[in-house]
Amino acid sequence: MSGWRKYTGLIVTLLIVLLLTFWPLITGKDITRETIFTILLSVALASSLNILLGYTGYVSFGHVVFFGLGGYVGFYLLSVQGWSLWIAMLAGGAASAILAFLLGKAILRLRGGYFALATIGVNEAMRAFINNFEPFGGPVGMTLNFQVYRDYGGPAQALWLSFYMLAALTIIVVIISYSVRMSKFGLGLLAIREDEDAAEVMGVIAPNVKTWAYVLSAIIPGILGVIFFFKNGNIEPAPAFRLHFSIEMIVMVMLGGQGTVLGPVLGGMGYQSLRGYLLTSPLFKNIQLAVAGALLLIIVLFVPAGVVGWLRQRFPALRRVLQ
Amino acid sequence: MILQVEGVGKQFGGLQALSDVTFDLPEGQILGLIGPNGAGKTTLFNCINGVYSPTTGRVVFRGEEVTGSKTYAMAHRGLARTHQIVRPLNELSVRENVTVGACFGREGHGLHKANEIADEIMAFVGLAERADQLAGSLNVGQKKRLEMARALAARPYLLLLDEVLAGLNPSEIAHMVSIVRRIRDERGITIIMIEHVMHAVMNVSDRIFVLDYGKQIAEGTPEEVANNPKVIEAYLGDPELAERLMSE
Ligand SMILES: Nc1ncnc2c1ncn2[C@@H]1O[C@H](COP(=O)(O)OP(=O)(O)OP(=O)(O)O)[C@@H](O)[C@H]1O
Ligand SMILES: [Mg+2]
Repeated sequence: MSGWRKYTGLIVTLLIVLLLTFWPLITGKDITRETIFTILLSVALASSLNILLGYTGYVSFGHVVFFGLGGYVGFYLLSVQGWSLWIAMLAGGAASAILAFLLGKAILRLRGGYFALATIGVNEAMRAFINNFEPFGGPVGMTLNFQVYRDYGGPAQALWLSFYMLAALTIIVVIISYSVRMSKFGLGLLAIREDEDAAEVMGVIAPNVKTWAYVLSAIIPGILGVIFFFKNGNIEPAPAFRLHFSIEMIVMVMLGGQGTVLGPVLGGMGYQSLRGYLLTSPLFKNIQLAVAGALLLIIVLFVPAGVVGWLRQRFPALRRVLQ
Repeated sequence: MILQVEGVGKQFGGLQALSDVTFDLPEGQILGLIGPNGAGKTTLFNCINGVYSPTTGRVVFRGEEVTGSKTYAMAHRGLARTHQIVRPLNELSVRENVTVGACFGREGHGLHKANEIADEIMAFVGLAERADQLAGSLNVGQKKRLEMARALAARPYLLLLDEVLAGLNPSEIAHMVSIVRRIRDERGITIIMIEHVMHAVMNVSDRIFVLDYGKQIAEGTPEEVANNPKVIEAYLGDPELAERLMSE
């Protein structure tokens, strides 16, 4: 394979993201932009989580902790310290990366269900801590002074700015996800997923490799948290560390196909479309989380490889296109 | 000496799986490790490559003490092994499995070079036509060869083979034995092989080491060991095996 054909899998995935991005630009409608914002956020979070869940095989039930912590750190710098959005984003990503690094050293030694449980514990502990942390506003959280939006062209313009930033980050995540998948580092992750002890016997330094995968999967959610709460205008512990958001991320990754580049993108889109429908349907409005749980169960039982994985098994000819 | 094992013992709770095992292995030899089931052969491998830390004794590899090192550290030093119960990376292709060995083993190659090594090794062990198949879909014999290929791709100095002949049919055994011999002859890799298939191990080994209930009961050339009364006694529970030993 030569030239661009080698990158077909990446190009297909990027085209989908670009299509989503340009849709609200074409229609020019705020409502379309808001819908796509939610979808892109899911796609970016799911793709980040996939690096840990899909490539490395570690189930993080509390991945939202990075979104929340990054959001809080960035929001604090923006609203209290008056720093610029760009620096706040960097700081949010850095805070999440540092937390992931420290956690990696502490809890990535746990295998399987124990690790998953520990991640839930970390998220809950962080929520409790922030709840009592006065500089971050404790249980009340923080609210952004409207003046801040002026630096970004006013509130309306700030919404578009947030959207563009999100789209750019989503593209970056997809490129990171693809690069990891195709790299020696990624091969080490896959080996760990398949059999961690055997991987170590072959020379993979699992403790380090896993930690870097964890850090990599945490940075972008941290930055996304800053954008999300900047756009939102306020931040509180409950929405920042919402455990069921974590579970939804897992559903998205599993639905699309864990361990593939395209899977989390399709999973994020599919899940959010479904959720959008459930929210508007009076019958399902109150049980959307139950539906998410049932969906997860069905996937795990019947199509553990997800949509993309299933297609790849079923139609080997598609493997180059669907990566 | 590429490997020195000095008084190595390993205890699991109340069970003394290995006691006071001592031997030296010169470079370029094939050492056969035999003994009845549960004698502690696999445990000895685990103590050498770092899966377990020995309770007593020392392991010296290429002049440096490595007792209790991590398995990946041993891999980087140039030790590779196969597993008695095969451990393929099921959802990865055969080529990817072998590439892992080349990427993370002693030479730590980048992906490109590692792929070339994988191609060469797969051809060597006879897995070339399976390269793009998922490892999980191989049959037992092929999985054994995959274990071997992954270990070889690391370009080790010392290779530990744990029952690579078990479960193979006679023609597969002959093929595997010739591969083992070629690994030493053509690549200069020192080998310790655990084996229950007596004619094969007696045939291919320069020296044989016998374990029974965790203790070394004999060591010497295949002829010496086959005629050693202690060895025959250890195998008396299996008269057929004793007979086969004697007939070598
Ligand atoms: N992790 C462990 N925990 C407890 N006991 C163990 C462990 N590993 C091995 N043993 C015990 O140590 C003894 C030696 O086992 P080992 O696997 O080394 O035997 P072996 O010589 O390789 O046997 P085989 O020929 O059946 O493979 C056995 O009694 C086994 O049950
Ligand atoms: Mg054994």
